[in-house]
Amino acid sequence: MSQSYDRGLVEDFGRWRDFSAGMWAWVFHKFTGWVLIGYLFTHIAVLSTAIPAAGGDPSIYTNTLQGLEDLLVVRFLEVGLLAVAVFHILNGIRLLFVDLGVGLTAQDKSFYASLVLTGAIVVASIPTFLVGQL
Amino acid sequence: MSTQIQEQESEQEEQQQGESVPAQQQRRMDQKRERAADEERQRERVESSLDDEDTRTLKVFRYDPEVEGKKDPRFDEFVVPFRKGMTVLDALMWARDHYDSSLTFRHSCRQAICGSDALFVNGSQRLGCKTQLADLQNPVRIEPLPHQEVVKDLVVDMQHFYDQMDAVQPYFNDDDVPDGLEEQRQTRENREKIKMSTRCIWCGACMSSCNIAAGDNEYLGPAAINKAYRFAMDDREGEAMKQERLEILEQENGVWRCQTQFSCTEVCPKDIPLTDHIQELKREAVKNNLKFW
Repeated sequence: MSQSYDRGLVEDFGRWRDFSAGMWAWVFHKFTGWVLIGYLFTHIAVLSTAIPAAGGDPSIYTNTLQGLEDLLVVRFLEVGLLAVAVFHILNGIRLLFVDLGVGLTAQDKSFYASLVLTGAIVVASIPTFLVGQL
Repeated sequence: MSTQIQEQESEQEEQQQGESVPAQQQRRMDQKRERAADEERQRERVESSLDDEDTRTLKVFRYDPEVEGKKDPRFDEFVVPFRKGMTVLDALMWARDHYDSSLTFRHSCRQAICGSDALFVNGSQRLGCKTQLADLQNPVRIEPLPHQEVVKDLVVDMQHFYDQMDAVQPYFNDDDVPDGLEEQRQTRENREKIKMSTRCIWCGACMSSCNIAAGDNEYLGPAAINKAYRFAMDDREGEAMKQERLEILEQENGVWRCQTQFSCTEVCPKDIPLTDHIQELKREAVKNNLKFW
């Protein structure tokens, strides 16, 4: 038996330039999934501390939300959240078809399609999210 | 391509008796230096003879744990003449024959059926004998398969891969053969269904490309699951054996570890739709356990 040696990241993510469509789809799906989980907890934390039931008066909720929406960075984060969610949904649909064994030969094209569609939806949403800020 | 090279080697002198030890040592060192200089001259001669030819550069991974001074992995460059139709394996053999006879790699049939020469070429798992040099960017970077232990140079330890292949019991059960039968026929449709899965040559490229198999050594891997598919989907397999096979596949490290990255399907030199087969076995496994009727 040979001694094993450490080829380091070369074996995995160091090779990211050589990744093919299916691999990128997997990486993005994992990433967006974790972002959505992170957002979910933040969402719950913000809302549950801003509602009257948390002990404050009813205006706290309005003030919190308005305060957040006044920040430009929050508007941009919302666009980002939309991008992440849309990609996760579209790729989820793609994975559904993969699980059903439908169109596996076109899996790379469906990944590119979900990317393009995500881009289009995000671009279309920018006026809605950034209105009144820019 | 000939694997035999005529070399002009000077005849070894007869060992002289009665020589003192330091003198012997001195002589050995001299010979060693001479050999090294010879190799260097040989290398220069070969390279200068290629001056007016179309050439390609190979960057080959070198590693030999048993030889002092070669224990540290390094890359050697070999300039080889290019001709139309030349494969990566041809180039490696040329380099071995003309530059360094210690360059080690597995190869046998040279026609993509023995599965010996799966290599990591320019960042992707490919069969050396099936990959045209013309299709690759120069310089061509040749490494042993990732996620497997390197024994020497481009040779990796395949034992784990073979163990996983054996784990799915890749054979028919004798009990399934009906008595008094001269031949056991298979329908054309069924043959078509399993056709691609029978093409596996056990080269290990899929297993090496799989990120899940790399992180989780218990995972059966694409090749083994494909092997199981080849038998489970065959009409001639008996009910009991199919059940047993599905039970192996349904386990934690069976089909459910696949996360459909399509890396294996991407690199398979025999174009087996591995992900397709794994997904179908996942559905079989579900159907096998969920019965609403």
